[in-house]
Amino acid sequence: MTDETDLEELRRGTELVKRGFAKMQKGGVIMDVVNREQARIAEDVGAVAVMNLEAVPADIRKRGGVARMADPASLREVIDEVSIPVMGKARIGHTKEAQILEATGADMIDESEVLTPADDKYHIDKRDFTSPFVCGARNLGEALRRIDEGAAMIRTKGEAGTGDVNQAVHHQRNIKSAIRKLEGMSHEEREAWARENDAPADLVHETAEMGRLPVVNFAAGGIATPADAALMMHHGCDGIFVGSGIFGAEDPEAMGTAIVEAVNNWDDPETLAEIASNIGEGMKGDANVDLPEEEKMQGRGV
Amino acid sequence: MTIRAGVVAVQGDVSEHADAIRRAAASHDETADVVEIRHSGAVPDCDILLLPGGESTTISRLLRDEGIAPEITEHVAAGKPVLATCAGLIVASTDPNDDRVDSLGLIDVTVERNAFGRQKDSFEAPLDVTGLDEPFPAVFIRAPLIDSVGDAEVLAEWDGRPVAVRDGPVVGTSFHPELTDDARIHDLAFFESEVANVVSDLG
Repeated sequence: MTDETDLEELRRGTELVKRGFAKMQKGGVIMDVVNREQARIAEDVGAVAVMNLEAVPADIRKRGGVARMADPASLREVIDEVSIPVMGKARIGHTKEAQILEATGADMIDESEVLTPADDKYHIDKRDFTSPFVCGARNLGEALRRIDEGAAMIRTKGEAGTGDVNQAVHHQRNIKSAIRKLEGMSHEEREAWARENDAPADLVHETAEMGRLPVVNFAAGGIATPADAALMMHHGCDGIFVGSGIFGAEDPEAMGTAIVEAVNNWDDPETLAEIASNIGEGMKGDANVDLPEEEKMQGRGV
Repeated sequence: MTIRAGVVAVQGDVSEHADAIRRAAASHDETADVVEIRHSGAVPDCDILLLPGGESTTISRLLRDEGIAPEITEHVAAGKPVLATCAGLIVASTDPNDDRVDSLGLIDVTVERNAFGRQKDSFEAPLDVTGLDEPFPAVFIRAPLIDSVGDAEVLAEWDGRPVAVRDGPVVGTSFHPELTDDARIHDLAFFESEVANVVSDLG
């Protein structure tokens, strides 16, 4: 062993380091929290990370108005409370909110449609940041555009705050089905697909060759029960975001514990049956089909 | 010869370790039969084990709840090799310095979790490692540092503090050798040491 390690060659915020962070979250549950007490519970029940925001999506829906980044002081409190990574949400296209989150110490930034978009045309140039980003997507073209902008993780958009898993399933199926089609295509067919879907051709080829998204792919939007979480793992997701589903439930600790265990046991129905028993009622929610088009969040920032 | 390689898969970067051990085995003209371990019962059939990176609080909780923890302890007591990276190192340590993590006591070290700070402080850098001719491309992600070393050999240091150690059949690293194509740390843990004899005796 020598002690000649060259500190000058240290590099932060590289694609490897940012995508690597997302890989460490795989097989885990990331939980929305609005304060340090909730963050404490999330860590205790086995969350791999927490997402700090001002209000959970179900409450943002009820409340209406402009939804913005949470107070950085609240993010700092959560950071001081837990040892697991803490993420924060910035508005789509709001570079300054993202910089503030990074400066405050957020480990990952969610450029999120749950908040009111700040820019109706452009997303944040995520390559400029040292911190990794996660972005929502409804289909493969959207996912690859976000990766091209520098996203280190993709999540389904689903329909946040509804407690209805329908749209997360729909989006994950869209992504998987498009990848399967690409795998069977010739080079020129993939080029044409890239043009038709506004997706960068190099990422289309890379995805086709890998047979999966080139970054970690989580489920989000409407996941409210252990069975919902297991369903998204069954559809090939790498892990789960739960928004209103934990702290909107009758017994958040029981629900949180059960969802964490369900992700590890997603392919074992008998164990799932035990896990899902006697955990109290899930969040009430709103069925996606009953939601007026103008109240849907998933169409924001495509 | 086929090696049965168990990748502890309750949470973390499992597929990266699976790919890395397959590559390392192939470079020694051997085959790694990878088993993902999410429940008790699978560890006793494994020749080698890999403890991936992820969140040590989540991993240690699930290892305990699923009854996997005592099986890993028995695996090491039998002298069979283990590679534990980042969160894996914390879980394998004798003292994680944090009561939120139940550690297995496989490597005689005390660790400091998240010792470099937050994710924006994570980095990659070339690292000199005992037993390797060229520096290793080490990726540190919210990485732990080793505070004090008991009965274990230090294999690498970063800025004067240990980041890779060997304690008998167990190798632990603060960084993530599974995130690059370079399989030399997997080689070191399983094929190119006294432990290599354990592996080659399996046939």
